[in-house]
Amino acid sequence: MAESAPQHSKELGLPSGWHGIVKDWSSDQEAFKVSWGKAMMWIFLLSDTFIFSCFLTSYMTVRISTTVPWPDPSKVFGLTIAGVDVPLLLIAIMTFILITSSGTMAMAVNFAYRRDRKRTALLMLATAILGASFVGMQALEWTKLIVHEGIRPWGNPLGAAQFGSCFFMITGFHGAHVTVGVIYLLTVASKVLRGHYEHSGNYQIVEIAGLYWHFVDLVWVFIFALFYLW
Amino acid sequence: MSTTVGQQHPIRIYLQIWGLLFFLSTLSYLVDYFRIEGYLRWCLIVALMLMKAGLIVGVFMHMKWERLALVYAILVPPLCLLVLVGLMAAEADYTFLTRGIFFK
Repeated sequence: MAESAPQHSKELGLPSGWHGIVKDWSSDQEAFKVSWGKAMMWIFLLSDTFIFSCFLTSYMTVRISTTVPWPDPSKVFGLTIAGVDVPLLLIAIMTFILITSSGTMAMAVNFAYRRDRKRTALLMLATAILGASFVGMQALEWTKLIVHEGIRPWGNPLGAAQFGSCFFMITGFHGAHVTVGVIYLLTVASKVLRGHYEHSGNYQIVEIAGLYWHFVDLVWVFIFALFYLW
Repeated sequence: MSTTVGQQHPIRIYLQIWGLLFFLSTLSYLVDYFRIEGYLRWCLIVALMLMKAGLIVGVFMHMKWERLALVYAILVPPLCLLVLVGLMAAEADYTFLTRGIFFK
């Protein structure tokens, strides 16, 4: 079989071996009428969707199957301000911060296509700062849960042992995505500011970075609803 | 000049969607704040979640303006997950019942 393959390629007039593989995959065959960078980002986000969905599905499975009561997220994540218990306050603030950062990112994309480098970089910087403050608040939340509530991945004093493992796994993975996003945005913003994309005039990289950032916000919408509100 | 390559839309649309997302998030927070319980709670949470997700994917990620080949390639595969969720829910119910019989 191995010997007949080059023969076949010769009949088609195509190169064989590694050269042939590269040729076949790159020869003007495209299904998606967008740049390869954007298509690849979408495909990456699709794969990430499956990863987060697996986490959320396993969370659903352990939550349904446990016979021990599940800790009430509304109380666990509540804050006491001036003697009044406000449920889920920190999480609500984090949600609004992430939505705001999505808004500034969307505007950065708009300014990037107008080739307004300064405003683009500033809006991306604002997005990154909001993202960093989100991670900071998450660190605060983790500290509160680990130190004050005694919640561990293998158990906790409030109820079902699976609560801790689900919480740390899901929010930790999301927080890692936000952190990577902040670094990604800062990198692109500094390149935009330095005029790296001026010679090509193509600022689509900002839109692609934006896709990643909006995805992080999108995942939070699902985590907020399914983990914190459910 | 390749400024026509990407997705360009007026900033006004983004600001409107931004406001709408704020409004929907406030609503979903209020569901918890007023401690709405039972089926109404689950319906509200899921409906608000899907509305927010739709706005983010549709407008912020520009899916609304992409060609259908890309839209279907990205949005159809996740529907398989519904099968996984269905299977796991059935399995988890069974595990719960078994635990109720053997560990009480």
